[in-house]
Amino acid sequence: MVNMILNGLDISVEEGTTLLEAAKFYGIDIPTLCYDETLSPYGACRLCLVEVGEPGKAKLFSACTYPVREGLIVKTNTKRVIDARKMIIELYLASCPSSKKIQDLASEYGVTEVRFTPKNDECILCGLCVRVCEEQMQAKAIGFIDRGVNRYISTPFERQSEDCRLCGACMYICPVCQARCQGPREEETICNACLNISPPCLEKYDEAMCYMDPCVACELEKEPDE
Amino acid sequence: MKKAIVLGFEVPRGPDGVSIVALLQAIQDKYNYLPEKFLRRAAREMEVPLIDVYSVAKFYKSFSLVPEGRHQIVTCTGTACHVRGSEKITEEISRTLGVEVNSTSPDGEYSLKCVNCVGACASAPLVIVDGEYHGNMTPLKAGKLFAQGAKGKTAVS
Repeated sequence: MVNMILNGLDISVEEGTTLLEAAKFYGIDIPTLCYDETLSPYGACRLCLVEVGEPGKAKLFSACTYPVREGLIVKTNTKRVIDARKMIIELYLASCPSSKKIQDLASEYGVTEVRFTPKNDECILCGLCVRVCEEQMQAKAIGFIDRGVNRYISTPFERQSEDCRLCGACMYICPVCQARCQGPREEETICNACLNISPPCLEKYDEAMCYMDPCVACELEKEPDE
Repeated sequence: MKKAIVLGFEVPRGPDGVSIVALLQAIQDKYNYLPEKFLRRAAREMEVPLIDVYSVAKFYKSFSLVPEGRHQIVTCTGTACHVRGSEKITEEISRTLGVEVNSTSPDGEYSLKCVNCVGACASAPLVIVDGEYHGNMTPLKAGKLFAQGAKGKTAVS
């Protein structure tokens, strides 16, 4: 077991785990877009950034690729970390505003403006589909093509691959394939429709009725049996 | 270093298998491009997924998946060459030989490519013809360089 300090808490975790897994084990939420527990970590989306090190000397690292070590001091919720995540979310919003996951993250982190020209890409190059195809499906039908700003994901020769079994795992795992909900600001780069909604049950019952996250306010439309 | 024979080419073999780059370079040298059937056969013989071979082929600018001309003309558009007027030189070559930038002339004779830096900025601007470096180019010199070749009498000197 390895002893370390996570958000001021003395914790001990098994050797060989990553900071992300340790934080998850202790119930601390770290947002991710390119992480899946069944796949090898990749460190592409940078959303899981955490501060590692002594105060004043701490640096930002991606938690999904950082292995735990004896005596580490890790903070997952400092201003620096949150600011970095907000910036990354803003960039993702500009490149992929049609994704529900990214819109949800924007609302969760209170990102309310996008200062970049929207690109309306359909991919954030997180590599989840490439990894699920290789590691779980043992197919290796898709991969990264080209490089730099021209990088994209495709099959060999941009045609239907013989290795592909049409299993659909790549679409299942894709964080941006799920279209955003059709909120009131459908046409705009940023939705924010679910930003700062206090659960309506608080007003009605004076108590939060469930631990659903995000709040399923729509369920309350139904008349309760009286 | 250990060697392996793939598709009749002798290529180095490391601990992780045959070097894909070395094999693709050998194919590119021989055929001036990478034919699809060769890539498929190479993947089978090396027992690597086809997508890995294709990714490597698309990653490097020196590999081409479409047939290239018999003469490779590369103009440098790096900072030093750009400042000293490489754009005009590229235009001049393009006009003299009738070949669009980053493409091959219809008769399959010339391919014109622009690259970002060839590492010889002291003699900017540069034009490389079939691996031969021509420094301190001007549009006039560039035109002369190809004047004979374009008429089809002799190959580029």
